[in-house]
Amino acid sequence: MPSLKDLRLRIASVKSTRKITSAMKMVAASKLRRAQSAAEAARPFAERMERMLGTLAGSLAGQAGAPKMLAGTGADRVHLIVMVTADRGLCGGFNSSVVRSVRHLTAQLLAEGKTVMILPVGRKGREQIKRDYAKQLIEGFEQLGRKGITFPEAEQVANRITAMFAAGEFDVCTVVYNRFKSVISQEVTRQQLIPFPAPEKAAAVQGGAVFEFEPTEEDILTSLLPRNLAIQVLRALLESQASEQGARMSAMDNATRNAGDMINRLTTQYNRSRQAQITKELIEIISGAEAL
Amino acid sequence: MADKILFELVCPTKQLVSSPVDMVVVPGAEGDFGAMERHSPMISSVRPGVIDVHDGGKIADRIFVAGGFAEVTEERITVLADEALPVAELTKDMAAARLEAAKAALADARSDHDRVAAERQMAVAEAMGAVAH
Repeated sequence: MPSLKDLRLRIASVKSTRKITSAMKMVAASKLRRAQSAAEAARPFAERMERMLGTLAGSLAGQAGAPKMLAGTGADRVHLIVMVTADRGLCGGFNSSVVRSVRHLTAQLLAEGKTVMILPVGRKGREQIKRDYAKQLIEGFEQLGRKGITFPEAEQVANRITAMFAAGEFDVCTVVYNRFKSVISQEVTRQQLIPFPAPEKAAAVQGGAVFEFEPTEEDILTSLLPRNLAIQVLRALLESQASEQGARMSAMDNATRNAGDMINRLTTQYNRSRQAQITKELIEIISGAEAL
Repeated sequence: MADKILFELVCPTKQLVSSPVDMVVVPGAEGDFGAMERHSPMISSVRPGVIDVHDGGKIADRIFVAGGFAEVTEERITVLADEALPVAELTKDMAAARLEAAKAALADARSDHDRVAAERQMAVAEAMGAVAH
């Protein structure tokens, strides 16, 4: 049975924890609004880019000499996994769920006898994956988007991927990130970046319309593909950031609520023991008086 | 009057325009082209310059783009711009500041990649200077 003093201290400490978590919740909520609108604003561009690329890919399909970024290297041996997580914790299962998905994917690919490289974006993911796949881990990026993700930051990541691809370091590139569904739900998404997965829908929609190209298809593709990569990375980063804030907000909301429950419970316990003590003292006094 | 063409202008961070207009004149890589409704489908890269939006018999809007891509179909023209800004908001100072930054970047460029990027910025800044007021 804890003493009254212990209980008092406990209550005070839980109360200050509650203050912190509720402040973090507010901060996350205001960051979320900004991140969410940024993520949503970036969607149209990424979608149109995909559609345009789909059209191009459709018209080039089966032709020899298509750029490697579109057609692939012809091999499927080395996989690069870009893992997008947060730099900070205290956001529920946000980081762990991405890491879990990457871990599964890696295990599966390794079992198939492929080589895997993991490029971590965000500190938390790197720390978690290091335990299992330290050998696969390559140098990644941290501290991106401290003041909101910008296009140059995404380009920096994309340039690194492009450079590695040009050097023939990998054959297939997949990005794993949390897609923002709503404030309380995020969905771990795996998206293949290289080779570009040609959407089958797009070809059907165009109904065989023949496009003219200015300058040539190849010229457009060679400039469009790296750009598309940067855009898809940007989108992943933005979605991930919005998800992070959403996840943190709901995690902190839960924590605040739990702290409140705990305070109530401790307060009841405190009042009971205090009352018990008073009663005990009274009984002692009365029985003392009666004994006289 | 013929039917209108849906003009969409998007840049990486937001969608700027999505409205039906009479004609859009885009600075294509191989010369400016006008896109009206029922234009034959085409995809073109866009050089830094000004997009003129014609509507109701006059130029309704002029928008500066820093390069990108345009996709034209029979009923729609989509311009994916790297950066876009209404010409009215452009100033000479902005263009000059950009030109300076691009020159500096070109001077420090070490790799080919940096040099190409800096040269592109120069072209953008010059195109900006040409239309700014």
